[in-house]
Amino acid sequence: MLRKFRNLLVTLAALLVFAVPALAQTQLAITCRCVADGVNSAQVQWLNEFVIPEFEKMMADQGNPVEVQLIEFGGSDEGLKEQYALDLSVGAGADVLGFDGFWIPEFVSANLLKPLDELAGGEVNDWEGWNRISLGLQELMGVEGKRYGIALGTDSRMIFYRKDMFREAGVRQWWAWQPRSWADVLEAARMIKETFPDAAVLQLNAGTAMGEATTMQGYFMVLLGTGEHMVTEDGKWIVRSPGILDALNFYKQVYVDENLGDARVQLLQDGRNRSFANFRDGNTAMLVEGDWFYRSVTAPGKEFAVTDRDVNMGWAAMPAKAPGEGLRGQDFVSISGGTGFVLNPNTTSPQEAWELLAFMNSQEALMAFQGIQPRIRVRDDVPVPENAFLTTTAQALLPLSTARPLAGIYPEVSFQAQLMTERVVSGEMSPEEAMNAYAEAVTELVGADNVIDLMP
Amino acid sequence: MQQRRSLLSIPASLLFLLPAGVFVFIFIILPFFWIAAVSFTNRTLTGRTAVDPEYVGLANYLRLFDPDRFLRSGEFGASLVITGQFVFFSAIVGQVLLGLLLAWFFFNRKGWVRETVQTLAILAWIMPDVVVAFAWFAFLDRDAGTLNQILSTLGIGKPDWLINLPLVSVIIFNTWRGTAFSMLLFTSAFGSIPPSHLETAAVAGANTWQRLRDIILPLIRTHIITDLILITLWTFNTFTPFLLTGGGPAFQTELVSIFTYRTAFKFFRFGQGSAVGMIMMLINLVFAIFYLFLLRRQQVKL
Repeated sequence: MLRKFRNLLVTLAALLVFAVPALAQTQLAITCRCVADGVNSAQVQWLNEFVIPEFEKMMADQGNPVEVQLIEFGGSDEGLKEQYALDLSVGAGADVLGFDGFWIPEFVSANLLKPLDELAGGEVNDWEGWNRISLGLQELMGVEGKRYGIALGTDSRMIFYRKDMFREAGVRQWWAWQPRSWADVLEAARMIKETFPDAAVLQLNAGTAMGEATTMQGYFMVLLGTGEHMVTEDGKWIVRSPGILDALNFYKQVYVDENLGDARVQLLQDGRNRSFANFRDGNTAMLVEGDWFYRSVTAPGKEFAVTDRDVNMGWAAMPAKAPGEGLRGQDFVSISGGTGFVLNPNTTSPQEAWELLAFMNSQEALMAFQGIQPRIRVRDDVPVPENAFLTTTAQALLPLSTARPLAGIYPEVSFQAQLMTERVVSGEMSPEEAMNAYAEAVTELVGADNVIDLMP
Repeated sequence: MQQRRSLLSIPASLLFLLPAGVFVFIFIILPFFWIAAVSFTNRTLTGRTAVDPEYVGLANYLRLFDPDRFLRSGEFGASLVITGQFVFFSAIVGQVLLGLLLAWFFFNRKGWVRETVQTLAILAWIMPDVVVAFAWFAFLDRDAGTLNQILSTLGIGKPDWLINLPLVSVIIFNTWRGTAFSMLLFTSAFGSIPPSHLETAAVAGANTWQRLRDIILPLIRTHIITDLILITLWTFNTFTPFLLTGGGPAFQTELVSIFTYRTAFKFFRFGQGSAVGMIMMLINLVFAIFYLFLLRRQQVKL
């Protein structure tokens, strides 16, 4: 009996001896929508191979040892957002969170996020990096002049096309195709359809299953081409307008009238991956996406890698409906978003969490990231490595680009826009009916005082 | 006869009940009242109303039953209609009737056919939801799915199940998924019928149908009612079809459970979501009371 008791004491003492140093070390966790060998795998590689070991070494040298753990989230963007909303509302979650910039306003108005300087102290504002990041890019992860996080980079959207299919169909200038209007896009699509009758020639995202990818890569890319945005200059939501109708009619022409795209892909739960597979397999000739599609999706070795990509895949700017009819009178349109990282206001070690975030966005760390996956970085002292695609698209498209409305209600309006396109491509409603249903739903969301009807 | 003495005194039994009582209170009763209270507010998880939700009276309920939109696709009424069809065809016709027929078919039979069919049915019942949904998603695929491979070999063509026949697809899926329970329940119910009843009927010249109608069904009536209660409630509340269709396309398979989820969690509108939850609970209660009433009447007659 006595011996048992003594054994117990020894075990407890041993546990204490081992446990105390472990507890003394600060623990940090990062979550991102990134999985090794899966979605955004370059981010995992960067965090695991560079950021975490180097940061731990740096902190240990400063006498403040830190242990960083990466939590890989493999679900959808919507799933991650849901997880964050629930985590943050009960005071849980990792210390540093991979975040899409457009979620920030609604999280901020619910007090689920705090500005960086409020959380980690005034020294945040003295960080050397702010001088290296333009104000526009700082605003990607901010609300009303307050910074909540730092963007990893920005992007732009365009048409990716398969040169091999264009050549076979005999499209003029297939090697450097650049449509000037929607009619040009449709004409090329019709030619390809003749050569490849079974192909889903054009992929313009529609429907609720693809979530925000429908609004950004699909609806906005046509809506902006009519010269309209989702909101007016003075912040009123446009609920009925000739532009919305034109955009929906374009969808109808592609998916319903001429069968130039596959409406099923828009409606199925795994539609987005199917659309990527179609492009990879030479079953889709044009696909509207962000530069992520080039950087990550179709990169060599990835699931949707395009064989001989440099030869077979090209890009073109998305034309307005007709030259000069795009947003701000432009001939071509694009829209940008930004993802990055924010700090969890519930973190028990805000100082260390901020130091990690700052380290991730140091020149050294971003240069290391360029070695893994070149991209337009937010810091102006991190040049883009020799990469013709990124340099030319950034130069051509970023000046033409615009951003989503910065409003907490935006995600719900965006869902209504996705639903509107779904109703048209599924043939459930005519463009007019779908627009009226959109108008009714958005009016209910934002109030009759905040909407505007532009129909003549 | 002396009344049997309880093993424990009343205070002692209360003491033993206490821990369970505390858990029931914290995890069932308290959340119930919380949800009832939230359903009268415009509380959300994100956005301004997360910080200071306002009391909105019956607005959440009135919105659900607004006659202008009640039956429009994607609204509560339409979702109830879809759920009604889903429950009738996949639960009552599908699971209960098919389960009864399977049990009847294999009653008093032995051999590998019975073993194989029962094992497969039970397998379909015990596999995890996500695995099953994934398998069915592949099975129903228009071009590469097993079902269409079979159908096109037979010259029937290749229907686009999840797009053109979404509700039929989830009904077949749910029937496949849950028939095992009814089958097992009825198999054991048949086992409880005294063999002499059936033998006597056979001697009297009753045919199969007469035996089923006049002997078996009346004797297992309580089993049928119990099965109906359970299957109806389960099917009414099931969420698994979401994994196949996500409630779409264009809300065509939006069951009330999916409607509730979309209202409460897609945009974190907890006020509206709670109101739907309350209505769903009331509907469940009506079902349960109706069946319990049938059950009780039956017992009195016996």
